[in-house]
Amino acid sequence: MVKKTGKKMAAVQSENHGNFVTIYVMGEAYQVPNELTIMKAMEYAGYRFIRGCGCRGGFCGACGTVYRTKDSYKLKVGLACQTVVEDGMYLTQIPFYPANKKDYDVNQLNPDTQVLVRFYPEIMRCIACNSCTKICPQEIDVMGYIQAAIRGDIAKAADMSFDCIMCGLCATRCPAEIVHYNVALLARRLYGAKIAPKAGHLAKRLAEINAGRFEPGFDRLTQLNEEELSRLYYEERDIEPE
Amino acid sequence: MYPESMQESIRKLEATRQERIKQGKIPLLDAAAKKALLKSSHPDYIETSMRAIQIGPNKGERTPHEIADLLEAWPLIDSKRFDTGNPKYTVDVLVIGGGGAGVAAALTAQENGASVLLATKLRLGDANTMMAQGGIQAADKENDSPERHYLDVVGGGHFKNIPELARALVTDAPSIIAWLEELGVMFDKQPDGTMITIHGGGTSRKRMHACRDYTGAEIMRTLRDEFRNRHIPVLEFCAAVELLTDEHGGCAGAAFVNLDTNELFTVRAKTVILATGGCGRLHIQGFPCTNHYGATADGLVLGYRAGAKLVFMDTIQYHPTGVAYPEQIVGQLITEKVRGLGAHLVNIHGNRFIYELESRDITASAIIRECAERKNGVVTPTGRVGVWLDTPLIEILKGEGAVKKNLPAMYHQFARFGIYMDKEPILTYPTQHYQNGGILINQWGETQVKNLYAVGEVAGGIHGRNRLMGNSLLDILVFGRRAGKSAAEKSKKIKMPGGGFKHLRPFIEELKKAKVAKTRVSPILLPEYRRTELQTPFAFIAGHQ
Repeated sequence: MVKKTGKKMAAVQSENHGNFVTIYVMGEAYQVPNELTIMKAMEYAGYRFIRGCGCRGGFCGACGTVYRTKDSYKLKVGLACQTVVEDGMYLTQIPFYPANKKDYDVNQLNPDTQVLVRFYPEIMRCIACNSCTKICPQEIDVMGYIQAAIRGDIAKAADMSFDCIMCGLCATRCPAEIVHYNVALLARRLYGAKIAPKAGHLAKRLAEINAGRFEPGFDRLTQLNEEELSRLYYEERDIEPE
Repeated sequence: MYPESMQESIRKLEATRQERIKQGKIPLLDAAAKKALLKSSHPDYIETSMRAIQIGPNKGERTPHEIADLLEAWPLIDSKRFDTGNPKYTVDVLVIGGGGAGVAAALTAQENGASVLLATKLRLGDANTMMAQGGIQAADKENDSPERHYLDVVGGGHFKNIPELARALVTDAPSIIAWLEELGVMFDKQPDGTMITIHGGGTSRKRMHACRDYTGAEIMRTLRDEFRNRHIPVLEFCAAVELLTDEHGGCAGAAFVNLDTNELFTVRAKTVILATGGCGRLHIQGFPCTNHYGATADGLVLGYRAGAKLVFMDTIQYHPTGVAYPEQIVGQLITEKVRGLGAHLVNIHGNRFIYELESRDITASAIIRECAERKNGVVTPTGRVGVWLDTPLIEILKGEGAVKKNLPAMYHQFARFGIYMDKEPILTYPTQHYQNGGILINQWGETQVKNLYAVGEVAGGIHGRNRLMGNSLLDILVFGRRAGKSAAEKSKKIKMPGGGFKHLRPFIEELKKAKVAKTRVSPILLPEYRRTELQTPFAFIAGHQ
């Protein structure tokens, strides 16, 4: 539909010169070029994603995928947008998983050692099987932060879970039915809102803005023409050293 | 793991590293040098890449072919198929789009007493917001001021920014940081609470606030959680395909298709906030892009048909550093924070060629010139070309472990492919990143169509002809909040309008006159990546055209 005119600066997708491999998407076999990610391979095979595809850059957790490879009993995991296909890969995406999430007003909460357990008492059912950590595509020590949550160490749980993209794969594997990523989310919000020290300089600046301190300057600045702005920008703007 | 063909250049880069550290900062380009560089090497300056739009409010103005193709297009779904008399929902404020701008608008509209519905074509939070790594700007430190921030913004935008929009952006910035802090966003801080801030391209003060290199993700997951806690109604996998208008041409809601079930339905609303994001997935000039799967310019199309004027649609932002190797992740973003932390841009011979923190259009142009005109790029096994980003240098400048600590997401992304960026450089080339222009708004996010707002990347004018790093996470929240408040207040004063598609009639007349082929339809909702022979239309339009 889109007409490509103009000088091509770069191709959208590379030509596929490589060899082909066979992958099985929910049991169906497809021949796909061997250098593609699972996501691009599925598109090559004819899938148009509605679910199971998000940022395509490893940040959104929409494309969590579980698979097995030839001659291995192991269940493996990866983000479809970041994992390259292998011959014999036998896969399915898990684009959604029912999750338990509690409601709270983070500013009304007291960040005590019991708060995480109070909202998510099921974390006490953790049997330390480590299935969550083993399946995490972000290689987070999921069980480690759940243990921190059980101990009431909000700061530790927040820090350890920081790279979580909430793909939900941990929850699919947990025999204790914990929804780890929602526990982690509460821990991070509590840490950010209630435990981390506030930025003093921010309050100061807000008071200045609210008092209208910068308004006269802006009334002048916004009236300047391009030439006057350009002179200010190129001649009077000093740059803070590295 | 780099192939031997690329290793030779890495050895040159390593050999020049000590010398480069001593060299210090390369001077900033002056106005004339910038102009010449943009003209010779920025993709916007390729004449044949754009054309004048034939119809609508911006008739006669130039925009890339890929965008013009969507503006000059027939409705995706024949409006007769919608039962406008029986809207499925009726609300004060309808927000279309589930990224940072949309969620901020919805939260604020609800706080101001409005009934709100948010509809998004993918999941709540599926947006470029989630992918923004580097940071968010705010002039909240002693040595800085909103006026300095303003000057940086308009300098970056080549002095074309709409002053009232840039003023709102920088003035609200500290209050946005405070809002996020209160919601529990985990900013990088010193032990005493002082924000850790660094430079971004084009900043005169270190005002980039970050949450490691997950800044956007941390903001988005926090806002989304707050949104869920407040039980704001949301429709996921429901794509807007048209706006509704009342008899006076004001916006009155929108028409949707449920992408799971193919149901067609309408939502009647007193005010509508478009927060649909940008156009990255149109792959302007064939560039790879850093954007989310859903960035297909839908909101531009819907607003344009309803009569909203667009601004700066002839300027696209190419992020200087997209991945050029390995092939599997080509085009994905390498955050500007990598350069903010001190990594040099280095050519095949191991030499620097531009100050790394010039504004994005300048740095991207310099990389393109280095590769295309000067032939100093490094060639990959698949024939791509790029320049090095000397990331091991960060370990020398900031201490051992600094890469993993400050760039965990990036580190992880490359480690998956056997490239360890604390020990080896990474190869980069510009990639399509941001739509600088968009629907013209005022400081409350109002478009020229009555009761229609636009916020976030779909809106234009704030950043002029080039946006600086860290001002997009900021603008989505500043204008999301402003529009949410304004729309909620306005909704209290007006009656629920009747809604139809009257605005389409004159638009369709123009399409006919311009002889636009009926096969060209928009919005496209999702990009097409299937093999040509396997491409089929969406189920909800098959058989209806």
